[in-house]
Amino acid sequence: MIALGVESTADNLGIGVVTSGKEVLANILDVHVPEEGGIHPREAARHHSDEMGNTVRRALDTAEVSVDEIDIIAFAQGPGLGPCLRTGATSARALAAYLGKPLVGVNHCVAHVEVGRMATGAEDPLTLYVSGGNTIVSGYESGRYRIFGETLDIAVGNCLDSFAREVGLEYPGGPDIERKAAAGEKLITLPYTVKGMDLSYSGLLTAITVELHSGRHTVEDLCYSIQETAYAMLGEVTERALAHTGKPELLLTGGVAANKRLAGIVRDIAEEHGAEPHIVPIRLAADNGAMIAWTGLIAYQAGHVTPLDASHVNPSWRMDQVEIPWRD
Amino acid sequence: MIAKGAEADLVLREWNGLKTLHKIRKPKGYRHPELDSRLRRSRTKAEADIIHRAKLSGVPTPLLYHVDPDDAVIVMEYVDGVNVRDAVDRLTDEERRILFIRIGGYAGMLHGAGIIHGDLTTSNILKQGDKLVFIDFGLAEVSTEVEKRGVDLNLMNRMLTSTHYRYQEQLLAAFVEGYRETLGGEAEEALTRMGEVAKRGRYIEKN
Repeated sequence: MIALGVESTADNLGIGVVTSGKEVLANILDVHVPEEGGIHPREAARHHSDEMGNTVRRALDTAEVSVDEIDIIAFAQGPGLGPCLRTGATSARALAAYLGKPLVGVNHCVAHVEVGRMATGAEDPLTLYVSGGNTIVSGYESGRYRIFGETLDIAVGNCLDSFAREVGLEYPGGPDIERKAAAGEKLITLPYTVKGMDLSYSGLLTAITVELHSGRHTVEDLCYSIQETAYAMLGEVTERALAHTGKPELLLTGGVAANKRLAGIVRDIAEEHGAEPHIVPIRLAADNGAMIAWTGLIAYQAGHVTPLDASHVNPSWRMDQVEIPWRD
Repeated sequence: MIAKGAEADLVLREWNGLKTLHKIRKPKGYRHPELDSRLRRSRTKAEADIIHRAKLSGVPTPLLYHVDPDDAVIVMEYVDGVNVRDAVDRLTDEERRILFIRIGGYAGMLHGAGIIHGDLTTSNILKQGDKLVFIDFGLAEVSTEVEKRGVDLNLMNRMLTSTHYRYQEQLLAAFVEGYRETLGGEAEEALTRMGEVAKRGRYIEKN
């Protein structure tokens, strides 16, 4: 069985083609780069709409399959930016209707976990999912991915991106911050906000911005300090959730999984608690179409189809609202 | 070693002829050393202080024998019990209800004494026969802010929703009943805030 997946929750337009044998035949990305500032939902949606045809074509060409060989069309139904989601959903509906194939709506956060499991072989991990839009610690428990901890305001990636923009570094901010941080020496005292297993990054962003404009620190020290503080917070909630759930594996995914410092923290914590660490490779960790295709495929095999009249997008669809019949 | 928590190691040790529990906040290798020692030191001092305050307010907590902020160690009474998280499933509906009325009652007493637990979960309440003992004040702070009370309560409710989802409604109702009883007039505002904090979580349905 072959699935085509459409990912368009934010700035990445991704089309993936995946088989039930876990082969990623194609995973094409076309990223919207804003001329200035952060992601503008309507402009990103226009980009996705403009590039949709090409990207689908490139994915099919790369996969070397014809449209007739596609068995299901999966799409990210939420959570994400409304206009971007709607562009992907419209295209997926059109493809499914035109080709007469089943349509499968997929939760974007669940897809990150599922493709992470597929790619790394992790069976029952506690997952730290960190990106520009999400910061979630989750684990499977009785039919659903339960959320043990999450950000109470902005995502960790959003905090890093906004700071990077303020400094004049490249977007997304993570890689540049990591490079500069390598030359940092001084740890600036910043708010460290952990509430049980939840976190908050808005205060950290405000404080680092104030420190930046104070002119008292080098950019390297600022990068070093925001990175050390932000990731230590992630480490703490992850460790707490791992101790609490006793899960045998720890999975790191999302765009921020590319950060080596964070991956190191995750490995340390896993080792400390006798869990096996799994770091999802960046092509499948960042937003991509293959994760949607794969998750749509396993959901379809478990009997899930999304009828047209239930295919409206849900920009605020929590992962713990989704029933996961393909596990247990 | 009896438990290896996220926050600290708990070691059972004989100390001056007493059966004691040593709560040791070991350095976390993944954390910057400065940040690490700052967090360990301040949390050790705050925890010892608040365990004492809680006791004065009438909430059972372990007895303190010795506190060493430099090495981040607290030596305290060993409470031989099971945590409520594990005990819940073994109880009858009525026993569960009574248990959570009492837990809510103690939570109200803590808040009334100006204590925010900071990690108010069923893993941090021990059941020793009929006695309940509140432990792990490592993230606790002194405050009477409604916001902090709301966050505290939200954590308990989140625990009920994630781990005890089978009885979430029943347990929350009992908890709230006990909380209102001991905190009195200030309870409503905190409970309302709990609901608001929960909705603040991302993508929660707002109605």
